[in-house]
Amino acid sequence: MSSAVEVQSLYKQFVHRKGRRVERSVALDGVSLSIARGECVAVLGQNGSGKSTLVRALSTLLLYEGGSAHVFGHDVQREPRAVRRLVNRVSVEASFFKRLSPAENLAYAARFYGIGPGESRRRIPAILASVGFPADRGRAPMEDLSRGMQQKVALARALLTAPTLLLLDEPTTGLDPRSKREVQAFVGEVRRRHDTTTLLCTHDMAEADALADRVGILHRGRLLALDAPAGLRRRYGAATLEDAFLAATGRALEDDEEAPEEEAA
Amino acid sequence: MRAMTVAARYQAVALLGVVERNAYLVKRYGWWELAFFVWTVANTLTIVFIADGVEATGGRLDVERVTASLLIGAVIWSYLGIVFEILTETVAWERWEGTIEYTFMAPLPRAIHLLGMGAFAVLYGVLRTAALFAVVALFFGLGFPRADFGAALVLLAVASVSFVGVGMITAVLPLISPEKGAQLGFIAQGLLLVVSGVYYPVEVMPGWMQAIATVSPATYALHGIRASVLDGAGVGAVWGDLWPLLVLGAVAIPAGLLVFRAGERYAKRHGKLKRSG
Repeated sequence: MSSAVEVQSLYKQFVHRKGRRVERSVALDGVSLSIARGECVAVLGQNGSGKSTLVRALSTLLLYEGGSAHVFGHDVQREPRAVRRLVNRVSVEASFFKRLSPAENLAYAARFYGIGPGESRRRIPAILASVGFPADRGRAPMEDLSRGMQQKVALARALLTAPTLLLLDEPTTGLDPRSKREVQAFVGEVRRRHDTTTLLCTHDMAEADALADRVGILHRGRLLALDAPAGLRRRYGAATLEDAFLAATGRALEDDEEAPEEEAA
Repeated sequence: MRAMTVAARYQAVALLGVVERNAYLVKRYGWWELAFFVWTVANTLTIVFIADGVEATGGRLDVERVTASLLIGAVIWSYLGIVFEILTETVAWERWEGTIEYTFMAPLPRAIHLLGMGAFAVLYGVLRTAALFAVVALFFGLGFPRADFGAALVLLAVASVSFVGVGMITAVLPLISPEKGAQLGFIAQGLLLVVSGVYYPVEVMPGWMQAIATVSPATYALHGIRASVLDGAGVGAVWGDLWPLLVLGAVAIPAGLLVFRAGERYAKRHGKLKRSG
């Protein structure tokens, strides 16, 4: 399998000035990982461990100071537009124009990928239906929709552009159990049907176990381990992924780290 | 050739997307739009009544001409306000909604993104200020029998290129300061107009302010539009105002893009893109 994502010694720090004092917080400290085409890799980490920074760096939303990152052979910092055509993302916040309807929000996103009005009128209802979004709510403002429905529209937005790399940054956090299962099922289905490569950053051990081929443990900006779930459990002599995480980091996943400012915001 | 056509279509669709999204927002905030229009009319009336006020307190002036001149100043102020506000929203509104990262990670050239915002700002600004001009002119019974509105529109269109360029520079401010950046746009608008003779001839200002006025596109827009609307000057007659606007426009757009790109790099280096300030 050829490599979809190749990250080498990625280093990102945030600099904060407080009067004359300069504070530096390291968000990614030499992270290296490789994701094969069509593979799903989950990254487990506490709040502030660097998960969102990694996703943002791969999305061309952050400039890093050291190392390199390539998406399907394109350098993320040198060829951002080529990378942007291949990547889409679903994050913990659904992030929409709240007064606009799902269809209007999706049309806005679609135009940036060359999808004109005629094509989007055909594709948007179909893609909303495929994520289980009720057709009769298509014209309601986003602010009137439940969090679960908003997250389904977020998935639809990501898939509308047919990304070859899907970045999922805690996509099910805060969802009720039913919505969570629906979103997870859909992510699995997309991968099976479209051969999408997926990087999933999550708190949820069961989600990582169910969806990912390999699981990484990110702690204080450093990737401590990356292996198949069974391999991780063996490596740390643990019965569960949770125990493996505890053994690797000395902390439970629910404990918060003090986050670098960009992560905490 | 085919690749170029595909690329051009791609950019046109993206630009349409930006204009279309703004149109959706105007529609969804319809009652707010009406409320802001009423506020703009009230604000303009407070300026335009000054001519009647001066006469009532013993001043000698051609009330109708001064009223019309003040109206043109107030309308251009309003227009510039709309252009700057919409361009500043390129970042400010998207950050507030939380959509900014999705827009900035899309394969949308920043120039197309900003030009789309500028195109909508000009279209919407022209419609709103035309309505404002008509309402206030009706209120004061102003006729403009000699006006050459065609020449005035040409001047406004050419000036808009410079306004959009300056607006791109102000649009970057919320990227640098999420908390105060948007308000700085109003400061830029005020500074631009105070040196441009918005309600008075440029000649009444101190020499150093007159020197600054020569590089403000609003100076030429106000002077030329007043000549067209009040005295019926055609496009040829306002060439002295048009050519500086063409030069300023040619400089302002590339300068605006350059500054915005620098601001975007700063925000990406310091992780300021997503902060909701």
